[in-house]
Amino acid sequence: MADWAPSDLQVERERFRRRRSLTRGAVAGASTLVVLVGLVVLMVRAPGWERVSAAYFDLAYAREVLPDLARAFVLNVKLFLVAEALILVVALLVAVIRIVPSPAMAPLRLIAIVYTDVFRGTPTLLVIFLVCFGLPALQLQGIPTDIFWLGVIALTLSYGAYVAEVLRAGIASVHPSQWAAGRSLGLGYTQTLRHIVLPQALRRVLPPLINDFVSLQKDTALVATAGLVEVLREAQINASRDFNFTPYVVAALFFIVMTVPLARFADWLALRQVRREQGA
Amino acid sequence: MTPPLLRLEGVQKHFGDHAVLRGIDLDIEEHEVTCLIGASGSGKSTLLRCLNLLETVDDGMIWFDGRDITDPRVAADAVRRDIGLVFQAYNLFPHRSVLDNVTLGPIRSRGIKSAVATVRARDLLARFGLAEKASSYPDSLSGGQQQRVAVVRAIAMAPRALLLDEITSALDPLLVGEVLEVIAELKTEGMTIVMATHEMDFARDVADKVVFLDGGVVTEEGPATQVLDDPRDDRTAAFLARHLKR
Repeated sequence: MADWAPSDLQVERERFRRRRSLTRGAVAGASTLVVLVGLVVLMVRAPGWERVSAAYFDLAYAREVLPDLARAFVLNVKLFLVAEALILVVALLVAVIRIVPSPAMAPLRLIAIVYTDVFRGTPTLLVIFLVCFGLPALQLQGIPTDIFWLGVIALTLSYGAYVAEVLRAGIASVHPSQWAAGRSLGLGYTQTLRHIVLPQALRRVLPPLINDFVSLQKDTALVATAGLVEVLREAQINASRDFNFTPYVVAALFFIVMTVPLARFADWLALRQVRREQGA
Repeated sequence: MTPPLLRLEGVQKHFGDHAVLRGIDLDIEEHEVTCLIGASGSGKSTLLRCLNLLETVDDGMIWFDGRDITDPRVAADAVRRDIGLVFQAYNLFPHRSVLDNVTLGPIRSRGIKSAVATVRARDLLARFGLAEKASSYPDSLSGGQQQRVAVVRAIAMAPRALLLDEITSALDPLLVGEVLEVIAELKTEGMTIVMATHEMDFARDVADKVVFLDGGVVTEEGPATQVLDDPRDDRTAAFLARHLKR
């Protein structure tokens, strides 16, 4: 291999490939530019554009509300992070309870099935109403009255059921031969589950899991309906004061900016795993 | 004469209406290589899975070291620690490195300290020419390398018997040799081996006993040269005629 020099034929082929990819790049760049410019021109020249731009994209106003919205968005991030951690715990418990064949688990298994059926079938907004308005009204001891924690409970109940089903599907997707290999080494059911099946299941369900968490990030805004002044509520307050929708657009940007890195991170994780395991 | 390490008595295994094992009687002597031969579907794999308790027998007994392991009161995990099984499709753990594949059993199942298990695993991998692959992942290895890792994973548990389920069937003919060499080496160390195989030449060279299975029963058993070269049962003869002509 060391003394190999490309033949004239190969040199010519590579020159052709280079030329072709340059042409293709130029075509792609030019057509993108034409379409984008066209769209902007169309938008700006459309009747009513000035009203649209003033109502949705008022830059000066956006700058003015930005600090308030950012402060409120911190609450969304906290809600999301706390709920996400709890959801993973709840979902893992429910998923494992549903698959472990131990007879002692029978009553727990029934509870887990009813839980997933009920909370997966109930609108998240409805759960938030039930928990955030219902629980404090009971005036029971030990139940938090803080709307933030009630929001966390409601989101965890609702998303725990979804994520549990994702995890359960992941566990079921691991081939029985992996169970057999683990058991043949004398590992018990739980050990095989923990060291062999669950790690593979979690990697496999990472994309749908991230999907659910992106959805959760957005649904933190639902807690606004229970009176929590998070970013949506803050935007609403500002928007209704001045009849300008720019705060909503800014709030939307906050959510988008938070979800994009999560999606890229998930892609990166998946790619790293493939590279490592396939040795590419 | 010492009693056999494994003894099967009237073992039955049915899947629904399909009877796979129909009364197997067989002795497996310690430190011997026993080869199970027979057509696909003759019950070789099921027999091995019953020995490792991955399948529960429907009737009969399997004695291991003087104890009936088919008794439902027996702790199956403890039995499996002493009876290793290597699968046709390797069944390595794709999410763990080669080294971690080998140390998982000793650490988690035998309770051996991680440092000790790692040293032993590296020794074993080195002995079977896999030292440089210790930190690789199974999917980046060739089939022959993967199967050798699977054998090392099984013997790292220091089992009293090793069951091999057609471990060369999924391999390129060129890679079969490197795996069979490992088995021949294990025989010289006195490992008790039961292997389902289609490698008749290997069976003739290495096996102490060859057992021919047909339709879920043992139709013939004996020394390798006798069963393979001078079969007494018509079904064995017909099977061998088909197999050896190739």
